[in-house]
Amino acid sequence: MSLSREQLAMRVARELQDGYYVNLGIGIPTLVANYVPEGMNVMLQSENGLLGMGPFPTEQQLDADMINAGKQTVTAVQGASIFSSAESFAMIRGGHVDLTVLGAFEVDVHGNIASWMIPGKLIKGMGGAMDLVAGADNIVVTMTHASKHGESKLLPQCSLPLTGAGCIKKVVTDLAYVEIADGKFWLKERAPGISVDEIVAKTAGELVVPEVVPEMEF
Amino acid sequence: MAGFDKVVGSYAEAMAGLEDGMTVIAGGFGLCGIPENLIAEIKRKGTRDLTIVSNNCGVDGFGLGILLEDRQIKKMVSSYVGENALFEQQLLAGELEVELTPQGTLAEKMRAGGAGIPAFYTATGYGTPVGEGKEVREFNGRPYILEESIRGDFAIVKAWKGDRYGNLVYRHTAQNFNPMAATAGKITVVEIEQLVEPGELEPSQIHTPGIYVDRVIVGSFEKRIEQRTVRSAN
Repeated sequence: MSLSREQLAMRVARELQDGYYVNLGIGIPTLVANYVPEGMNVMLQSENGLLGMGPFPTEQQLDADMINAGKQTVTAVQGASIFSSAESFAMIRGGHVDLTVLGAFEVDVHGNIASWMIPGKLIKGMGGAMDLVAGADNIVVTMTHASKHGESKLLPQCSLPLTGAGCIKKVVTDLAYVEIADGKFWLKERAPGISVDEIVAKTAGELVVPEVVPEMEF
Repeated sequence: MAGFDKVVGSYAEAMAGLEDGMTVIAGGFGLCGIPENLIAEIKRKGTRDLTIVSNNCGVDGFGLGILLEDRQIKKMVSSYVGENALFEQQLLAGELEVELTPQGTLAEKMRAGGAGIPAFYTATGYGTPVGEGKEVREFNGRPYILEESIRGDFAIVKAWKGDRYGNLVYRHTAQNFNPMAATAGKITVVEIEQLVEPGELEPSQIHTPGIYVDRVIVGSFEKRIEQRTVRSAN
């Protein structure tokens, strides 16, 4: 069985470490916040200017002046800080965020990522995604391995306009955990019950497969 | 105090001098911390062919979205504009120009503009459509693109507390782009929730020093919420 959205988030959560400052993108990455291991402290950065994002507010706590980068009303945890957009992106661009998690349409063997623009469709904008991928050293991309029509999203070369060049090293898909190095994909883990053959069939870019591919743990 | 008293009595006075074809830098992220009454005054004035520099363009019927209704905006410089139908219509009809700019680059363009820095190098956007046609230079083996800073004829800003000198404090995440916008206007106009007297704000806690601010007006705010997300109290 391919991973559910929740399982994807659970696998990404294994990349967290105690004391990490983490930026989570919109969609599946946001769910990672639900799977922070017990006893571990991480601080969530929201690029509109909040370090230490907390859960959604109760009706009593609701405040129009407290939102996250998805424009949802949120709270701040104890020890949070709030600052300007320039300060926020100084943190991001300056490489101070320990882990960035975001979605994508495509990645390729060169570590390129395309996540914001499909030519011919309405283009809404890149928001902070280009800054996040350019500034972070430790990025995890979460996405489905192939499109609904079975077309691979792990490519020899991205076909869509890029969000960033040569910046992606880790990809968690619904079928596998793959790393990118030396112009190749490296298969590290497979989703429970998924065969290596299926992963190979759905990976268009060059994939290095070790003799033993362990199943993912959550 | 007279020379430093920046408080004006009406929105018409606050936006006096805004003319067709000008560039306006606006603070706010989504609908949070937007100068909603200053935007409404621009609509009332009917100023046209404006270039608006703002992270977003409001929603249909609120925020910068209302300036689309009478086609007052010629060009938007933004990072994300997908929140209103009218915007989409005018964009597809070729009536509206959009310069999509990465969010951090947009913030830095305003900051640099206000700080007298004409351009800066950033890795953001290299190898993407944003980098096309821009100067590339390598530093320590990594390529960066040259981005030019932005200044506006006007900057419109929303703050929480302000004093007559134009010293400002923002509230929670309504800060966002406002401090940079405040520095980057030839004329910077600020609307505030609460007016206090000089000396009441703790000097070391002021976000925007009054030197950047030309006009201050006290407003009342709807503060519309774009995505109302709540959890149960249990």
